[in-house]
Amino acid sequence: MIEVQDLVKNFGAFCAVDHISFTVAEGRIFGFLGPNGAGKTTTIKMLTTLLQPTGGVLRVDGHDPQREQHLVRRAFGIVFQDSSLDEELTALENMELHGVLYGIRSPERRERIETLIAFVELWDRRNDFVKQYSGGMRRRLEVARALLHKPKILFLDEPTLGLDPQTRNHIWTFIQNLSTDQKVTVLFTTHYMEEADRVANEVAIIDHGKIVAEGTPAALKEQTEAKSLEDAFISLTGHAIRDEEASSSDRMRAMRKLWRGSGKR
Amino acid sequence: MSAIYILWLRQLKRYLRSRARIIGSLGQPLLFLLALGFGFGPTFAKAGGGNYIQFLAPGIISMGILFTAVFSGIEIIWDRQFGFLKETLVAPVSRLQIVLGRALGGATVAMMQGAVVFVFCLLAGFRFHRGLFLPVALAFMFLIALLFTAIGTAIGSVLQDMQGFQLIMNFIVMPLFFFSNALFPVQGLPKPLQFLIHLNPLTYGVDGLRGAFSNVFVFGLATDFLVLGALTTILLGIASYLFSRIQI
Repeated sequence: MIEVQDLVKNFGAFCAVDHISFTVAEGRIFGFLGPNGAGKTTTIKMLTTLLQPTGGVLRVDGHDPQREQHLVRRAFGIVFQDSSLDEELTALENMELHGVLYGIRSPERRERIETLIAFVELWDRRNDFVKQYSGGMRRRLEVARALLHKPKILFLDEPTLGLDPQTRNHIWTFIQNLSTDQKVTVLFTTHYMEEADRVANEVAIIDHGKIVAEGTPAALKEQTEAKSLEDAFISLTGHAIRDEEASSSDRMRAMRKLWRGSGKR
Repeated sequence: MSAIYILWLRQLKRYLRSRARIIGSLGQPLLFLLALGFGFGPTFAKAGGGNYIQFLAPGIISMGILFTAVFSGIEIIWDRQFGFLKETLVAPVSRLQIVLGRALGGATVAMMQGAVVFVFCLLAGFRFHRGLFLPVALAFMFLIALLFTAIGTAIGSVLQDMQGFQLIMNFIVMPLFFFSNALFPVQGLPKPLQFLIHLNPLTYGVDGLRGAFSNVFVFGLATDFLVLGALTTILLGIASYLFSRIQI
């Protein structure tokens, strides 16, 4: 379902993704792990047509994200690291907008929206503005939205960041069911190693733009003689703490917090 | 088509829901209308220019449209930073449709803002005698709105964050307004200034709007229409191109 061969992305002299290769088969859950700035999000952006690779071959549902953009875009759903909902619209309106953008026609569109909103347990709040939602509710809504057009592949970039254990559990159970019942292929990133251990069929650990280890969580633990995936992760990527440079969006986020007083996120 | 419609509707909903923004962006045009309109009125009349409010009102309506339109276009920066833009960029919709939906939405919003300013102009004593020309006035309002939304979209596609916002206000939007025929007639001005004003697209919009209300065009209805129409098409093209190059 997802094929990556010799993928390279350079930003000027800096090599963010350095000749990585991996494949994810249909219906599998693939965990993409790595420290901050390792190249996880950059890889997802290239797979999802948002960024042009410097080199390498990509296939998403058999299509090239550069040349067959619309075929690729129809095939996947994505939950971004940052919320991509319109806060000034209601949950229903956000879903409606997505449905229209993806060309889902009316009777079916309404049915699917209603089913999915109920499924992520937001039915009672469907007419509330997203700006009144908590972080967990936003994530649930984004997962529901990503599934609206029945994608074959689901990309989740840190879908459980900053959520409480209940919500995290809820989201992962939901995603596991999707993979087993509907054969949706899932690629996710996370910093919570125990989640990856529990949910992923296979994981790849990426560091400094290179894949340093790949396999089932059990195999990685065995290979590094570690008790947990977290220990395996640290033994593979080292103890050094990675500092990410504050991007302009971090600065904007800080600015917005000032503007709106206490943000809910 | 439905993608354009839903993005247009989104802009409209966002505008109608933010009362603070509607009222906030009324402040400046009203200030200019009342302070300049009544302040310079007697001088303008003494100099033989006639009723200054009659002259000024189309300029002030254009100002309301200009500011709202540029800001609607620049809003792309916010959508980019706070994520919503990504939702549209990964959708199976061409970049051109996204730009058109956004630009038409922004233009509609700017026109509505212009219509509110128009009502305040009527309250301040502005009168138009050629009711049949209202469609022409609306057409010019729409062209001004679309042109400057396109300019805002082009700028917003290039900028990374709001740091440059003051720069744009002070070095693009304000000069566009002041170096036009919105506040004063072009005839009799120093030649270099006249030249500058003739280069300003807003000038043709104001002239068209003023002409629609009073039937006195300085450049002529056809010229105003052609200049504005051509520039709007070109700038929509530029905006689409710059937007299509956005990588997040």
